[in-house]
Amino acid sequence: MSTADSTLPRPRLLGRATVNVVVALSVLYTLLPVLWLVLAAGKTRDALFSSDILSFKDFAFGQNLHDLFAMDGGQYGRWYLNSLLYAVLGAAIGALVSVACGYAFDKYRFRHKEKLFGLVLAAVMVPQTVLALPLYLMASGTGLVNTFWAVFIPVLFNPFGVYLGRIFSQGYVPDEVLEAARIDGAGELTTYARVALRMLGPGLVTVFLFQLTAIWNNFFLPMVMLSDQDLYPVSLGLYTWNSSATVTPDYYPVVIMGSLLAVLPLILAFALLQRFWRSGLTAGSVK
Amino acid sequence: MTATTQHAPPAALPATAPASAHRTRKAARRRRLGACGALMAPFFALLVTVFLIPVGTAVYLSFHSDDHPGLGFGNARTVFVGVRSYTAVLTDPTFLSGLGTVALYCLIYIPLMVLGSLALALLLDSGVVRLRASAQLGLFLPHAVPGIIAALIWLYLYTPGISPVIELFAKADITIDFLGLHTVLPSIVNIALWSNLGYNMVVFYAALQAVPREVIEAAVVDGAGPVRTALQVKTPLVRASIVTVAMFTLVWGLQLFTEPMLLSQSSPMINSRFSPSMYIYDAAFTRNNYSLAAAASVVLLLFTIALSYGVTRWTSRLDRAEEASR
Repeated sequence: MSTADSTLPRPRLLGRATVNVVVALSVLYTLLPVLWLVLAAGKTRDALFSSDILSFKDFAFGQNLHDLFAMDGGQYGRWYLNSLLYAVLGAAIGALVSVACGYAFDKYRFRHKEKLFGLVLAAVMVPQTVLALPLYLMASGTGLVNTFWAVFIPVLFNPFGVYLGRIFSQGYVPDEVLEAARIDGAGELTTYARVALRMLGPGLVTVFLFQLTAIWNNFFLPMVMLSDQDLYPVSLGLYTWNSSATVTPDYYPVVIMGSLLAVLPLILAFALLQRFWRSGLTAGSVK
Repeated sequence: MTATTQHAPPAALPATAPASAHRTRKAARRRRLGACGALMAPFFALLVTVFLIPVGTAVYLSFHSDDHPGLGFGNARTVFVGVRSYTAVLTDPTFLSGLGTVALYCLIYIPLMVLGSLALALLLDSGVVRLRASAQLGLFLPHAVPGIIAALIWLYLYTPGISPVIELFAKADITIDFLGLHTVLPSIVNIALWSNLGYNMVVFYAALQAVPREVIEAAVVDGAGPVRTALQVKTPLVRASIVTVAMFTLVWGLQLFTEPMLLSQSSPMINSRFSPSMYIYDAAFTRNNYSLAAAASVVLLLFTIALSYGVTRWTSRLDRAEEASR
């Protein structure tokens, strides 16, 4: 027993070191490209190509920032506002719609409910690219193609949010509360709006955040729907500028600076709402 | 949206119960169903317009084609062409090679992603990692980077002249072309891995936190070391999460579009029909061949359904085998 005790700490110490080294290397892998983006955003075009990333000789952060918003008549600012509008408004409405539906799936009973829920789950699995052409044809048939609505309406649809909404409703809204409200004579929708929705708050924020990320990431749909550059979100705008950069290298510094700025809103949202999405992940994965 | 009640067996009402009580209960049930319908209506309106109708349209288009009488002049007429578009898609070598490309991509990407994020979650859960919260935040950070920007960052890190990585290799006398014939697919896998590793790690970590501590303590008392506890006790307990993550990774992997689309601006190794999604885009919006694009969409959809169904069946069979062996 005593020999075992004396030999035990050494391999364990070695194990600890290995574990920490592996985790540290993984963190470097995820962080270094972001760090490169931050450093590269402060480079002039020539310094960028000299690949001496750590030298601060040609520091041009302010200049690049100015160029970014001046390029092509201030397109970038417009794209940024578009993205914010698509993402924040879309995620807010989308989350409300999905969570209300998930709540109804949890609290009410009707025939074929589980089959209908199966349809919702199936929708999660269907690739976006499969829907793009028909959506485009529908939009052009109704004259909505190349308008704000062509991008905005499809992104509201979030079947995974319904799934999460149902789970949150099970977890956060006890049936007794609804019974009590009914006995008090409150209407069903009033109860939802005044009582249940408040209890569903953290779940609502989680769904909002998931959808915000998805819409901010959205690339395929705007690419299909929009030809007017004034309606572009940041993702599509940067894609266009990057293809120009292969011909006109002047675009490189602004694409890099534009990328850096486009990362900020989601980091901000995740940092501010951390408390909520962590619980959301648990609900989404454990069940 | 129609909502109907589950017909409960007629309750044996006491003969003395006033008929009005029955009527109010019926009215209450109708009110509830009305509320249920109102809460569900907005979502199902979306489901019909941006999901069911588009899927139906894709299927319809894939069996029809625009017929241009008189050398393409005059009004187009839509005619039924049967499986002609499907034959065209399935005998098109560019489509088949795209399908092969995503199959290979998934074969490399899914195991790396699932094992990598699970391993990191297990390491973080082992309790020996210093600065655990900061490490988690660092690993999660790429999730906040939009896909197109992740692809942009890595494209620059793959571009000679800009990339410090290539420069570093050059100093060690290694020339490496990240966008070459055999490296371009692993390069794309790397972008996806970088973007999603931390997110899936958090999913697994959350699931591991839900494992009852008594179970782990019991394993330790039985003499299991930390590695055995992780692999033989914790991992089987988060199996549901592993299936979920694998499933989502698969569905997203099959849609491969953003990364190759961006890299194609700089690499001749990626053509416009590199993946099935790019094939659909090319067929629909470059060649304007809607029935071909629709047929390719339906094939991709069926491929996705078949594979995810396969995964579900396979895992539930494993579950049953596990239960039987107990």
